[in-house]
Amino acid sequence: MNKVDLNTITNQYTQSTKNFKSSVVVCAGTGCIANGSMDIYNKFLSLSNEKGYKITVALKREEGGESLLKHSGCQGFCQMGPLVTINPEGIFYTHVKVEDVEEIIEKTLKKGEIIDRLLFENQEKGKIAHQNEIPFYAQQQRTTLKLCGMMDAEDIEEYISHNGYKMAETAVLQMNSQQLCDEISQSGLRGRGGGGFPTGFKWNLARKQESDKKYIICNGDEGDPGAFMDRCLMEGNPHSVLEGMIIAGLAIGADEGYIYVRTEYPLAVKRLRKAVKAANELGFLGDQIFGSDKSFQINVFEGAGAFVCGEETALIASIEGRRGMPMPKPPYPAQKGLYGKPTIINNVETLSSIPVILVMGTAQYASLGTAKSSGTKTFALTGHVANTGLIEVPFGTTLRQIITEIGGGVINDDGTNAGADFKAVQIGGPSGGCLIQDHMDMPLDYDNLIEVGAMVGSGGLVVMNHQTCMVQIAKFFMQFTQNESCGKCVVCREGTKQLLNLLDDIIEGRATMETLDLIEELAKTVQIGSLCGLGKTAPNPVISTLEHFRDEYIEHIVNKRCPTGQCSALRSFKIDQALCKKCSLCMRKCPVGAISGSREEGYVIDQNKCIKCGACVEACKFKAINCA
Amino acid sequence: MTNVLNNQFNQVCEILNKHDNNHYKLIPILQEIQEIYQYLPEEIMTYISTALGISPSQIYGVATFYSHFTLEPKGKHIIKVCDGTACHVKKSGKILETIKTELNLSNKKPNSDDGLFTLETVACLGACGLAPVVVVDETVYGSVTPEKMTTLINSIREMESETLIPEEVNHE
Repeated sequence: MNKVDLNTITNQYTQSTKNFKSSVVVCAGTGCIANGSMDIYNKFLSLSNEKGYKITVALKREEGGESLLKHSGCQGFCQMGPLVTINPEGIFYTHVKVEDVEEIIEKTLKKGEIIDRLLFENQEKGKIAHQNEIPFYAQQQRTTLKLCGMMDAEDIEEYISHNGYKMAETAVLQMNSQQLCDEISQSGLRGRGGGGFPTGFKWNLARKQESDKKYIICNGDEGDPGAFMDRCLMEGNPHSVLEGMIIAGLAIGADEGYIYVRTEYPLAVKRLRKAVKAANELGFLGDQIFGSDKSFQINVFEGAGAFVCGEETALIASIEGRRGMPMPKPPYPAQKGLYGKPTIINNVETLSSIPVILVMGTAQYASLGTAKSSGTKTFALTGHVANTGLIEVPFGTTLRQIITEIGGGVINDDGTNAGADFKAVQIGGPSGGCLIQDHMDMPLDYDNLIEVGAMVGSGGLVVMNHQTCMVQIAKFFMQFTQNESCGKCVVCREGTKQLLNLLDDIIEGRATMETLDLIEELAKTVQIGSLCGLGKTAPNPVISTLEHFRDEYIEHIVNKRCPTGQCSALRSFKIDQALCKKCSLCMRKCPVGAISGSREEGYVIDQNKCIKCGACVEACKFKAINCA
Repeated sequence: MTNVLNNQFNQVCEILNKHDNNHYKLIPILQEIQEIYQYLPEEIMTYISTALGISPSQIYGVATFYSHFTLEPKGKHIIKVCDGTACHVKKSGKILETIKTELNLSNKKPNSDDGLFTLETVACLGACGLAPVVVVDETVYGSVTPEKMTTLINSIREMESETLIPEEVNHE
């Protein structure tokens, strides 16, 4: 294959776009699509002809026109979607509706006027017109995510124009495998998938193996509930993942790679397949890549719905067409992996960071973050915060910065702002633990988190307010791991089930103080006796909530009372006669007829009949029913 | 009817050919076959086992291990309720309850009586910013409330009862 010159493509791209006055970037991440961003995209196109103002789709830019229309990957600020950005000015519109499109064309595109109504607004600064001035973005440092949400994810030429595939080319033509491993070791990059194993070191292990065939696998089986960083990368910048894989392949001497994507991410699968096709056409993948004598293939493999397949050996079993059950290590996949050949498995974010690191320079990347955790990390910020979405910050950022400055503060169940006053932050999903107010100013990095019994994990940050019951949260995670346990190890299969039963005992008021001892003993057993990470970390949420919220557990057990009122079996309802307007609504709403009385004498709840469903509380307009 | 069956079976053979009857490709093969039938019929699994030269129990093992595969025909519309952490803390449980009551379903009975709906819970759909999230077929709905869910189910029912009429006309 003839070698494609990257500079020529970049020049072509610049030439073909320079006559456009502006570009309109419609966010087409899963979140914004759910809010109707594709309708907005289509509206721009359909109005283009009517309004006598030509808007051209990015991939047909040769046709010329006045504005260029792109659909990008996730821009991160999902809460405010659908998002529309007008470049080069960087005007950032939030909550855009189909009806607004006409006005955007008439005012912003034609005349350069800003439509105030669509701008982001906060109490301190009022209306903010540009993306980089919004606190949610201003406090972040986006390196891996930088291009995500800015460029058209399906446009390989636009990726190339941002130095894309340049590092892969340099690696193929000018570097040997040892140099590559050394570079990445120097950058201090650690695996972003959870464990934080140094990437360069891992590559070196596979590089030294002698074998006729080696594989590189990109682990896109992002299964942690509350985490969606990898989805955004695969959807928003699939080419960076491919480029990272090409470089990783060279570094270990592999000529074939697999991307394992979970089936719940159909858009990611589609965009990755498209990206692989485009890269093949330009000779970045296939035989004689970049005009060299090397070859590299990438296959996109769609998972079939099993959380445990995020574990390396289970993932390999799954690609080989078997049940995704983990195997004992050693042998490590770096020695004997896919089809018995040396295999390296890297997380999506890790691979996507590779080209970014090489473009930036390893020394500069290593200067970001903390001494032992260099670089930046993406987090999925969700739960009870004002601004939910995808964020990227350097390691060493504190929870306070993330929650108050980027997240805009904690919110109560009714949506009111509670400032920085959260109850707990769950980090690292079902393998992680809870952080509490004491950890507010601790710099977040791999080692600090391990020290307090949590872990970076894949990077889900779920903020919980004071109305959240921690026993319920522990039960939630236990339910998750119990469902997802593959069943191979007895202590994991049965132990998680028993832990779940014990937690149910607490929630439903059957527990005694001995239950707590039993939980702790069993939790340790499951940790010790399980083969893979899923089982070893399954009890973490219970252990961590027990450590930080032991009083809350005891309150459930001794006083049979849930402090947050979330455990329905422990609730008791009472009508406050002073507030009651005797409207009889609660009596009519009660499904079991536990409320009796009359409009003259007022109403009472029969505690023996009450099933504690809470229907009366929801029905009462005067907040006269107390739940304790 | 026989034509439909023949056609489906031919497609199965094509899929097996495409993957060179390679048992390593079992998962993509099953995925593609499920696309055709909407579930994995027992006799087809037996056939695959002969074609790939592996035991039927191995195929059954894989088919039951992964939650994406189903051995029973599903309803026409799949409702997936996300019960990931973010959705859970934003009360996805109430939405689940609403659907179960509305369609008369339980944990052991995921398919509605009219054959229109199948209820599934998924661990995380990765749309946590919009929690709680429900996906009906391919469409993602964010910030769902029990009321919105009921309206959604009713609108699908309405749509289905409307489309039923022209189909009946066709039969005549």
